[in-house]
Amino acid sequence: MSIFFFLLFATIAVVAGVSVILQRHPIASALSLVGVMGSLAVFYLILGAEFIALAQMIVYAGAIMVLFIFVIMLLNAGAEERRGRSWMAQLLGVPLLIAFFAIVGYALVGRFSGGEPVSFGSFTGGTAEAVGYALFTDYLLPFEVTSVLILVAIVGAIVLARKEMD
Amino acid sequence: MGSLPEGMNNLGATLNAGVPISWYLILSAILFTLGVAGFIFRRNIITVFMCIELMLNAVNLSFVAFANQHKQVSGHIFTFFVMVVAAAEAAVGLAIILTVFKNRDTLNIDEINSLKN
Amino acid sequence: MVFLIITLIKLAIIAFVLLTTLAYLQWVERKVIAHVQVRVGPYRVGPHGLLQPLADVVKLITKEGVMPPHVNRFFYLLAPFLAVLMALIPISVIPFGTSITLFGYTTNMELADLNVGILVILSLSALGVYGIALAGWSSNNKYALLGGLRSSAQMISYELPMSLAIASPLLVAGTLSLRKIVDTQAGYNLGIIPKWAIFAMPAPQIFSFIIFMIAAFAETNRIPFDLPEAENELVAGFHVEYSSMSFAAFFMAEYANMVTVCSVATLLFLGGWHPLWPAAYGSNFVAPLILIVAAGLCIYHGLNPARPLDRYTLPAFGVIFLGLAGLMLFPPAVPVLTPLFWFLAKTLFLLFLFVWIRATLPRFRYDQLMGFAWKFLFPVALANLLLTGFLVALVD
Repeated sequence: MSIFFFLLFATIAVVAGVSVILQRHPIASALSLVGVMGSLAVFYLILGAEFIALAQMIVYAGAIMVLFIFVIMLLNAGAEERRGRSWMAQLLGVPLLIAFFAIVGYALVGRFSGGEPVSFGSFTGGTAEAVGYALFTDYLLPFEVTSVLILVAIVGAIVLARKEMD
Repeated sequence: MGSLPEGMNNLGATLNAGVPISWYLILSAILFTLGVAGFIFRRNIITVFMCIELMLNAVNLSFVAFANQHKQVSGHIFTFFVMVVAAAEAAVGLAIILTVFKNRDTLNIDEINSLKN
Repeated sequence: MVFLIITLIKLAIIAFVLLTTLAYLQWVERKVIAHVQVRVGPYRVGPHGLLQPLADVVKLITKEGVMPPHVNRFFYLLAPFLAVLMALIPISVIPFGTSITLFGYTTNMELADLNVGILVILSLSALGVYGIALAGWSSNNKYALLGGLRSSAQMISYELPMSLAIASPLLVAGTLSLRKIVDTQAGYNLGIIPKWAIFAMPAPQIFSFIIFMIAAFAETNRIPFDLPEAENELVAGFHVEYSSMSFAAFFMAEYANMVTVCSVATLLFLGGWHPLWPAAYGSNFVAPLILIVAAGLCIYHGLNPARPLDRYTLPAFGVIFLGLAGLMLFPPAVPVLTPLFWFLAKTLFLLFLFVWIRATLPRFRYDQLMGFAWKFLFPVALANLLLTGFLVALVD
């Protein structure tokens, strides 16, 4: 069961990820990115991070991506047109990417794998209570700093995007 | 209903076997590489920004996988902060994109290549 | 295996009941609005218009689905699908009553009891914006785009006061699971006042309830906040280019959202399935009493019919109501059906409130609506959350 669900949602995530970078219209890319986030939320649930899974859906898929889609609609961004690319980029692009993936994959799997396999229910410490407790005791300072960061971001976004009043 | 027959018990054990953590890390690496590919090769500035978000999501998956491996909740806290910072960054970044579009009237990063308007 | 089969049976029952409720909610709305406006409403199709939803469904299915040539085909077809999907999923985390034991199998009356149930509802209402935004944009029509953007902006703006209004009773209850929130509202203070969240000591959640209901009206695009989709504004807004089943899909999504927010309000604020006064003082007899009164009214009006066909249909309804009253008095069924009755009564009362306000109030202008959300409702919700947190911390 775990393997079946992992492969199913991994396929969906990778296909949606490829669709993000290959689609020509930005709205199609944005919706594919929402698909990636949805399948990642399922992975978080399997890994026992129930609060983070739902926070991902509420914050990332429900707010940030809606903001992206709004901006794309407001700017009336159309489909990208195909223009000539340099032959060097076309020749070296994919092999370099595969090399990059090999390096990153080797670093992650070589040094950090091991431990017991993941199955649904193996980690139950990701409840909202556990996350909230850690946020308000061990990580209180970063929590307060990020709330100031969000305030700064709100003020900055409003100042940048408002119409000039004469 | 009685207990399941012996063969089905073994089948249940195999089905619930569990996935090694390295599979999650490889998936995270694949998504990160896809994000890098899109970031380098795409021309629309909003699509480039979305590939940055894809990279951040891949990193979040790694954090949550490590939290599961070490049985600590700190990985979830890191993910929480990455999400918050990504939200703030998306808001300000899109506001900047709106301003750039108002001034340059294009969303193609190849054409936004000089400081002078 | 047993769990799977029981869940599938519950899924079939809940899906059937939900879809029938959505269809008949529209009948209730039309009848109530009609009687408020001193007219009769649907009357001819079936007894008292009860087959009107069926006729509407047949009409909408057999109507020609016109897809204009200038729309963006894939997103035009995807948008109603997304809207209905995000509207129908939340019903799976809503508990309807206590546990039920049939043929030796015990199960709770809900599809999924999640630890973080309330967050699922919040996330699906956040995702519901996609259907509307895509519908407005893909129609390639400036009225649809404006209506879609306005409706999405309205839904996003009112999500904030709604989330803050939901957070306050969560502080009082101390858990995110919907079933456990209702369990904390069991019991009675001083023997007679129910411990519902709106009466909770130390922090009565009455303001949260009002803020939640106002935000719920805006989230579901109902009057007085339905400017983006009204027929005479912006040529019906984001669904102007949709016809037949896609159009029906958007309205099904709207009614499903209404049912969801009324159920969530019942669970969070009104004590879920717990009765208004203790069973020791006879609250178990409220359901049979109401049904017997309804049966009496039907039979009386059947004997003195106002219209010719009432002579046959009204006594038939009276007999059905008497049968239901007998069922509610049947001792093995009382502990299962009475909580279900109370839950349904409270939810249906809130739905009646939605319809009543639709019949009564005019609609807000768009800038009034957005100013109300950001300049009034959001600070009030924030102040309410701070006050609740302060009072809860003081008492503990």
